[in-house]
Amino acid sequence: MTTLTPTKDILPPPTERITILGWMKKNLFGSIGDTILTIVAGSFLIWLIYAIGNWIFNTAQWAAVTDNLQLYMKGQYPGSEDWRLWLLLFLLGLLVGLSWGIFLKRAEAVGWVLLIIPIVLAIWLFTLGRQSWMYFLFVDALAIVGYFLGKRYPKKLARPTYILILLYMPLVILVVRGFSEDGFMKLVPTNLWGGLLLSLLLAIFGIVFSFPFGVLLALGRQSKLPALKTISVVYIEVIRGVPLITLLFMGQLMLPFFLPAGITIDRVIRATVAIIMFAAAYMAENVRGGLQSIPKGQYEAADALGLSGFQKMIFIVLPQALRAVIPVLVGQFIGLFKDTSLVALVGLLDLLGIARGILANPNYIGRQLEVFAFIALIYWVFSYGMSYGSRRLEIALGVGER
Amino acid sequence: MSNEETTRSGVSRQGEPIIKCEEVHKWYGNFHVLRGINMNVQKGEVVVIFGPSGSGKSTFIRCINRLEEHQKGRIIVDGIELSHDVRNIAAIRKEVGMVFQQFNLFPHLTVMQNITLGPIYVRKWDKKKAEEIAMQLLERVGIPEQAHKYPGQLSGGQQQRVAIARALAMQPKIMLFDEPTSALDPEMIKEVLEVMEELAESGMTMLVVTHEMGFARAVADTMYFFDQGQIVETGTPEDIFLNPQEDRTKLFLSQILQH
Repeated sequence: MTTLTPTKDILPPPTERITILGWMKKNLFGSIGDTILTIVAGSFLIWLIYAIGNWIFNTAQWAAVTDNLQLYMKGQYPGSEDWRLWLLLFLLGLLVGLSWGIFLKRAEAVGWVLLIIPIVLAIWLFTLGRQSWMYFLFVDALAIVGYFLGKRYPKKLARPTYILILLYMPLVILVVRGFSEDGFMKLVPTNLWGGLLLSLLLAIFGIVFSFPFGVLLALGRQSKLPALKTISVVYIEVIRGVPLITLLFMGQLMLPFFLPAGITIDRVIRATVAIIMFAAAYMAENVRGGLQSIPKGQYEAADALGLSGFQKMIFIVLPQALRAVIPVLVGQFIGLFKDTSLVALVGLLDLLGIARGILANPNYIGRQLEVFAFIALIYWVFSYGMSYGSRRLEIALGVGER
Repeated sequence: MSNEETTRSGVSRQGEPIIKCEEVHKWYGNFHVLRGINMNVQKGEVVVIFGPSGSGKSTFIRCINRLEEHQKGRIIVDGIELSHDVRNIAAIRKEVGMVFQQFNLFPHLTVMQNITLGPIYVRKWDKKKAEEIAMQLLERVGIPEQAHKYPGQLSGGQQQRVAIARALAMQPKIMLFDEPTSALDPEMIKEVLEVMEELAESGMTMLVVTHEMGFARAVADTMYFFDQGQIVETGTPEDIFLNPQEDRTKLFLSQILQH
């Protein structure tokens, strides 16, 4: 019998020194085929960048965008009440900074990256000669202040911050809408709300309310009670079977026929309700997928401990189910945000609605490319932001690890 | 079948059993999985149920805490009859703890949270009391230092011991074990069996479905051999190992005691 000599020391893996030139040589010019591809693709890329850059800076006429920034951002919201919107943005900056300081253990690079956006906006607005560049820098300043305050007094500020975050959405509605007849906090009717402001409001309310509604529908579909199950199934299958635009049309055009004379429901509310109802059906199916992915043993262990059905859902099932479907849910939210553009077809002046309105102006005939490129950029910034945020959320929650 | 008045651990065979099963039948669709099970378990008795796969052992003990429903016969646990009445089921589940083959720990909660969840929300104890009891139990099963880890960070043997602690935290009167060591590597089986033996010696009423005959020989008061949904033979470990009566029992024992 041969004896085996144990290996000597534990060695580190061999390292390759990677230089840029070395990498390029290996990956881009490794073989003849690679080299040809690199040259072709590289030339195309360079041409593309040149063509786009040339269009952006030389050919395009950006007046359709720069003249109407206010409209794109907030529709016909009265200029005298702008200060309320700025106030809400300032509060948002402060809250984001505070949350970062209080709840994150170390300064994540992500936080600092977020600060760049207002800076970029400030620089751009400055070049346009707008006063508002100062306000954007102020938002950043507040975020930084919030961050350091949060780091310094995490225990004391945690509770007020939670409360403010929970109250933020109702506060937004209150402040945007106003209440008084005239003067301070004047009532701003919803037909004046527009642009990005309206798109964001529709999307955020759609997301925030469709989520619990969708979860309830998913649980209802799983339920053993026949009535609950039937209602849930019928709702989901009917709503999923129709396009969002039909729900919006029905909300805007048919609803008045059903309501008693004299009672009208605000058009923005109608659109919001249609969006919530639509999204909830899709949310329900996603959550159902998550519920089914949980091993039966989890339900059994919860039952064996004596947890009630409600406790089982809240503590054991939903946390695991929702964690599993975060990528799908966020994809849903991103889609929803872009779907809000459909309200332009029922006469609400969201970002897309404003864009179409501006293009109808004789001054800006033919500026489609500029205008749509601009709003596409805006949609993209928010969509990518949500996508990136969801990846960070997944990492923080340890999705895919256990 | 022994006629002694007390079992080896001193449990009296007289008196009202804490678990009474009378003519229990269960069907899965057309398949008759439990065919008239009669069993009485005394308080403090350690019962080992063994037999081939598909004999209905797991199904039977899962009927005790209503994870499965029996269609005929009666099951009475701690004086409460198992029926469709949700309140009865809830009351029984408080007093019956279960340890599963697949551990079924909650992966998104720490060990401490796993153990204190039941006591806080079902027994309605306050957090401090629940955590104290949890730490005591973790010490009892030998892993107090793991309290703030997640189940995914523990070995199989450690996870199963946490599962035992979790069930014990509810201070149940009865503990059910459904093949608790069948999913473990051999090195880890011993550490779990040691915990179960200590539990048996401390006087807990236990129903254990297992293939671990060493465990049965060490601490079981009564053994039941299940085959094809029926109890074929029952007796003390001495009766079963030294003097099996039925051919089926002899055959099964010869197979299982081979290794």
